[in-house]
Amino acid sequence: HMSSTLSVCKGIVVCSMLGLLDYTAEQREMLDPRSKKGLLAEQVRQPNPIRLRDLIRQIRSAKTAAEERSVVNKECASIRLTFREEDSVWRCRNVAKLLYIHMLGYPAHFGQMECLKLIASPRFTDKRIGYLGAMLLLDERQDVHLLITNSLKNDLKSPTQFVQGLALCTLAAIASPEMSRDLADEVERLLKSSNAYIRKKAAICAVRICAKVPELMEMFLPATRNLLTEKNHGVLITGVTLITSMCVQSPDTLEHFKKTVGNLVRILKNLVMAGYSPEHDVQGVSDPFLQIKVLRLLRILGRQDSQASETMNDILAQVATNTEATKNVGNAILYETVLSIMDIQSETGLRVLAVNILGRFLLNVDKNIKYVALHTLLKVVHQDNQAVQRHRTTILECLKDADITIRRRAMELCFALINPSNVRTMMKELITFLEKSETEFKAVCSSKCVTAAEQFAPNIRWHVETLLKVIIAAGNNVPDDVVACIIQLIAESGEAEQRYAVEELWQRLTVAPLDVQPLLQVATWVCGEFAHLLNTGETLRVSETEVVEVYQRLLWSSLCTSVTKQYAITSSMKLATRMPQATALVAKMVSAYGSHLDVELQQRGLEYTQLFTRFDSLRGPLLERMPPFERSRLRVSQEAAAATAAAAGGGAPIANGVQEHSNNSVSNASTVNNNESNALLDLLGGMDEQSTKPTSKLNDNATISNNDPVTAAGVPKIPGMNADILDLLGGFDTGHPTVSKAAIGDTGGTAATTVNGASNNILDGLLNNTNNYNTTTLTNNAINTNSSLINSTQPTTLTNTGDYGKLTAYERHGVRLVLSFERQESLSIITLVATNSSSAAITDFLFQAAVPKSLQLQLLTPSSTSLAPSASLTQLIRVNNPNKAAIRMKVRLSWSADGVPVQDQCEVNNFPTALWQY
Amino acid sequence: AKRSRMTIKFVLMVNKQGQTRLAQYFGEFLSIKEREALENEVIRKCLKRSENLCSFVEHRMYKLIYRRYASLFFIVGVDGSYNNELSVLEFIHNMVETLDKYFKNVCELDIMFNIEKAHFILEEMVMNGEIVEGNKSNVLAPVLLLDKMGNA
Repeated sequence: HMSSTLSVCKGIVVCSMLGLLDYTAEQREMLDPRSKKGLLAEQVRQPNPIRLRDLIRQIRSAKTAAEERSVVNKECASIRLTFREEDSVWRCRNVAKLLYIHMLGYPAHFGQMECLKLIASPRFTDKRIGYLGAMLLLDERQDVHLLITNSLKNDLKSPTQFVQGLALCTLAAIASPEMSRDLADEVERLLKSSNAYIRKKAAICAVRICAKVPELMEMFLPATRNLLTEKNHGVLITGVTLITSMCVQSPDTLEHFKKTVGNLVRILKNLVMAGYSPEHDVQGVSDPFLQIKVLRLLRILGRQDSQASETMNDILAQVATNTEATKNVGNAILYETVLSIMDIQSETGLRVLAVNILGRFLLNVDKNIKYVALHTLLKVVHQDNQAVQRHRTTILECLKDADITIRRRAMELCFALINPSNVRTMMKELITFLEKSETEFKAVCSSKCVTAAEQFAPNIRWHVETLLKVIIAAGNNVPDDVVACIIQLIAESGEAEQRYAVEELWQRLTVAPLDVQPLLQVATWVCGEFAHLLNTGETLRVSETEVVEVYQRLLWSSLCTSVTKQYAITSSMKLATRMPQATALVAKMVSAYGSHLDVELQQRGLEYTQLFTRFDSLRGPLLERMPPFERSRLRVSQEAAAATAAAAGGGAPIANGVQEHSNNSVSNASTVNNNESNALLDLLGGMDEQSTKPTSKLNDNATISNNDPVTAAGVPKIPGMNADILDLLGGFDTGHPTVSKAAIGDTGGTAATTVNGASNNILDGLLNNTNNYNTTTLTNNAINTNSSLINSTQPTTLTNTGDYGKLTAYERHGVRLVLSFERQESLSIITLVATNSSSAAITDFLFQAAVPKSLQLQLLTPSSTSLAPSASLTQLIRVNNPNKAAIRMKVRLSWSADGVPVQDQCEVNNFPTALWQY
Repeated sequence: AKRSRMTIKFVLMVNKQGQTRLAQYFGEFLSIKEREALENEVIRKCLKRSENLCSFVEHRMYKLIYRRYASLFFIVGVDGSYNNELSVLEFIHNMVETLDKYFKNVCELDIMFNIEKAHFILEEMVMNGEIVEGNKSNVLAPVLLLDKMGNA
């Protein structure tokens, strides 16, 4: 058994740590833990550290996770102890064990300094483990980086190629901007080394350095060009990688390397023409990795350059025809070739060849090839729709594939293939898909169905039918905007379609399961709004009692959400005006809600009861038929609008304007409320003292009083709201994806429809907290003004607009979420501002949240679902917290960045405590 | 466009039970928590897929390309915008063949007990997420030479 040589060797150990001493063979032997010679029989202070092998065995034999943890913790403690003793004999072994522990997911960063000591050791085996440790364990700590830079510098100058290789490898993995600046000269020197092993590694190092500090790219250019004249494939592939990354980074460099197209074509030709060479063979193909890299670089160089494209036409055709498609390796090359052909300005014949290759891929039994085909066809579809249409049947087949990855791709491609001539068949297939698909597909699929139907509907009747089918097929997984879209569509359509919708939806309403909310919401809205069609049709004759029974079933069910019940109550109010015999029944039903536990419902119950009693004369005009909506409900047109705005350089300012606005509205909310109440007070001169009490209290504090109700609520009178902001808001709102929320309420049909819509939401109370700005453009529409009245008789005086500060809830993957707060009694209104800090265009942004059971959460429709780079969107979140519990929130986010789906989640626990401790 | 164009973001070797046997990340710094979460999700997603499905899974901003060899899954994560999954699959096969050549009939235990060796081989194949060498013999030559020197 070995024992340690601690005290005697201490001097040497310290020296070796600092890298100061070269060992004699004898000393080295003495330090080697395996050596049996030269060990002193000194008393052992602690048992020798176990070997990595033994540690692995111990960990493997652990039967439970807890047991494993205790083994690891024990070992970590003993490793720490050894580290403290400055005992270099076991350092290598201990670091190796730490790397294993790190891999298992335990913290091992305390080993960083030991790695640095190993790196400084003259022994190659120490260095090797040390550098490996550095690559795996080092984090972004600056001090460690500073220390390692010195060692790297020394080792890059080492006479031994393997030491240089280790240093290059590590530098390529961990280089920070500072390290890049410090070591760029050395790397550039090694890029010109006579040793191919060093040159290839230096090239990858240069990739990292140029990515970290783009200014340094210039100095690498001459040496980089020379790499293309290499014979060694390792150097060639890394050289091509280096050029590719430089070209992607800088357009100037891209121009610079245009002259290498000829070289690259020659390299590729040699590869394709070369017979079997054992040195480069991979699965029977001559260096496929290099071929793929060259093809990719050619694509970047040939993009939008007819001359360069011309030069590479022949070789691309050659690769496309000569590559064997029987194995994965050949298909990988073919795939890359197709991508290049489609991306450069290639000849028509070549493009046909490329699409045909994809067609063959699509029919391939290999799922991987099929996936790749779907993926690529989606890119090609915008360039050559006809060519892709030919494969439509096969693509539709893929919707039924057993593989979720393939189904996802097929679905996206199907939507891209829809055109006016095939919309009926495609939609039929897609709705069948929607019915059977996984929950994760339903939201996005139903949303896309709505967009496609909007774009290509042959007639309104089909459009209405299709949207109803979509909402039925998607169940509860329908984004809110889909509900709004359908309502808007029906409201806009002619009487025949409305009659159809009423008949269809009434049937559904009577039998629908009560746990599917979107359908119930649409159905109640439509049946309420067009209640007169319920008993005037040829086929449909519903009695008042029947209607009320159905509504009661819905309203008293515990399966329906509060929002659905809100729809239902408002709908029943409309019923009452359209079916006079039902009035008494509805009044009774509604009044029961005056004491409902849910504040939203209770508010409606109380308000609407007032409409049956004191303000009965207002009921008729208030609940009149909605005039047709004026705003676009189409997401496509909004995206176009956003794009135009962005093109005009106005994308970001618009978003900022909105953000600014929402901040403003928070701080000014109370003033605005005063103002509003004031205006309303004036409006309702006849209102009796008692009911206006809260309002008149407000009135005392009101800074503005105006006899003309319309102008009092008008823009210029509202402090903190200037016309500019309003303009921005207006501009933004036209690009609002879900403005059709307003469909629930009433629309004034004036120039200021946007904000008007928001105020109408108040009528139905679904969004009554957005009223921070809704009075700003009240038009002289009596119904509107009255609707605000109902809302403001609620005690808005309790609004607490104290400053709760802002909270950055999430910041990853180029998306930042900032929350700001407002509170009205137990109701916290959280304004979420999501900003895209990446350079990618974000679409399908979806924010989902969950709160503990004692809280109630309502997510309002976001201002947008797409984010151009550096743009923002806002979404209101309402959290009702009657028990004053601590607010916590689990958040799930998903979006597509440049078409790539991203999903993430986080937990927000640091809400301002003032939101519930008041 | 300033985004790093690095091909490979991580290489994982995981056994059927979902235990990580080798993990190497390139370019991005992840905290232990993030790494653990990522690995758990990635492993769960790949392992639950049945054999006859395709070898690609889209996960967050990554595309996962995996292949199973006996009891071991080799999972490579690439940037979601990277689009030659087939070549990554070929790279995985190349990596496994190289390990096989080195360990002579490689198995899970070889990699587990010689994890540093496996890392050294990987180092010769991939640097900073980019392929440096595709030829098995070229990859193994320095590793074997250094082994010999170490044993001598």
